[in-house]
Amino acid sequence: MNYLADVAALARKDLLLELRAKETVPAMLLFVLATLTVFHFALPRGAGHVAALGLLWVALVFTALLGLTRAFVPEREQGLMDALVLAPCDRSAIWLGKVLAVLAFLGLAELVALPAFSAFFSAVDGRTVAAVALADVGICAVGTLTGAMAVAGRARELILPLLFLPLAIPIVVGGVGASAGAGGRYLGFLVLYDAVFGLLAWASFEYVVSET
Amino acid sequence: MKPISLPVLAGAATVLMAAAISLVFFYAPTDADQGLSQRIFYFHVPIALTAYVCFAWGAWKALLHLWKRPEGADLESYVAIHLGVIFGSLTLLTGSIWAKISWGVWWAWSDNQLVLFLVLFLFYCAYFMLRYSVDPGPARANMCAVYALFGVVLIPVSFLAIRLSRSFIHPVVFTSQGPQMTGTQFLTFCVSLAAMLTLFATFYQLELAGKRLDAHLRELRELLA
Repeated sequence: MNYLADVAALARKDLLLELRAKETVPAMLLFVLATLTVFHFALPRGAGHVAALGLLWVALVFTALLGLTRAFVPEREQGLMDALVLAPCDRSAIWLGKVLAVLAFLGLAELVALPAFSAFFSAVDGRTVAAVALADVGICAVGTLTGAMAVAGRARELILPLLFLPLAIPIVVGGVGASAGAGGRYLGFLVLYDAVFGLLAWASFEYVVSET
Repeated sequence: MKPISLPVLAGAATVLMAAAISLVFFYAPTDADQGLSQRIFYFHVPIALTAYVCFAWGAWKALLHLWKRPEGADLESYVAIHLGVIFGSLTLLTGSIWAKISWGVWWAWSDNQLVLFLVLFLFYCAYFMLRYSVDPGPARANMCAVYALFGVVLIPVSFLAIRLSRSFIHPVVFTSQGPQMTGTQFLTFCVSLAAMLTLFATFYQLELAGKRLDAHLRELRELLA
C-alpha cells in the first residue's frame, strides 16, 4: 500500500504542476487540432474513411510525443531527478506516477481530438475508442521510459522521437487494424503489447535513472 | 572461456570467405527460375542471420551488464550492436538488389520480413543516437543496456504485429519440414553462413581490442597529465 501511496503522491505532484503552469495540456490540445486541420488538406478530395482513420493514429502518436517530450523537463531543469532517486521509495514508482500523469494529459487531449475527428472527418466507433484507450497505456508506458532516457542526454527533444517511434510502430499497426479492419485480434494484440512493454518498462526503469 | 585469438579468427574468416565465394560461383547450381541472380541468396540470407545474431549477442551482453555487472559488458554490447547495424545495412542493400531483379521493385511493403527488418534497423540506429547524446559513464551504460533489451522484445512483438495483417511474398526457405534446398545449395549456404559469422567474430574482437586500447591510452594520458 505504501507503494501505491508513493505513486499517487508523484502523480499528484505532476498534475498539480500542470494545473498551475498550464503548459502541456493546452499545447497538446492545440497541436492535435492543428494536425487534424493539416490532415484535412493533406488528404486528397474523396479519400475514404479508412485513410482518415490512419491519419487519426498519426495525429495521436505525435500528440503523445509532444506531451512526452515535456514529461521529464521539470525534473531535469530543477534538478528534481536526483532528489526523487534519493527518496526512500521504489524507483519504479517514479515511472508509474509519471505514466499516470502523462496518461491523464493524453486522455484529456483525446477527449477533444476524437469528437473533433468525428466532426471533421467521419464518425468514430466504439472499437476505435477502445483501441485508443489501450494504445494510450502502451504509448505512455514506453514513452515515459524513453522520455527519461532522452532528457539524460544533450539532444533531449531531438532524440525522443527517434527512440520512441520504432517502439510505437506495433501500436500503430494494432490501432489502425482495430479501427479500420476486423477488430478483435488487434485489440488482443494491443493488450499483449501493453502487458509486455508495461512490465519491461516497469522493471527496467530503475536502471535508467540510477547512476551506478 | 578464453576468446580465440584475433589472428586465428581473421585467418579462419579469410579462408571461409574465399571458400564461400568460390562455392557460390562455381559449385552451387544455377536456379532454374531466377538464374544467376539467385546466387545473391548465399550472401543475403547469411548476412541477415548474422545481423540477428549480432543483435541477440548485444542484448545478451546488455542483460549480463544489468544482471551480474561484469567489467566491459557495456562495451561488448555496443560493439555487437554496431556490427549488427553494419550487417543490417548490408542486408537491406543486398535484399533491395535482389528484390529489384526478382520482384521488379526496390522495396515491397507487403512483405513481413522487409518491414520487420526496417523497424529493427531504425530502432538500432536510434540506439546510436542515444549512446552519443549521453556522456560516457555508468548511467549511459545502464540506459543503453535497457534500450538494447527493448530491442529483443520488439522483434517478436513487431513480427506478430506485421504478421497479423499481411500476406507475404518472401521466399520461405526454412519451413517446419527442414530447409527447402538441394544438398549442394545447402552446403554452400552453410559455408557462407559460417564465413559471415566468423567475419562477425573477427570484427567483434578487432573493434573490442581497438576500443580497449583507446580507453587504456586515455587512462594513461590522464595519469601523465
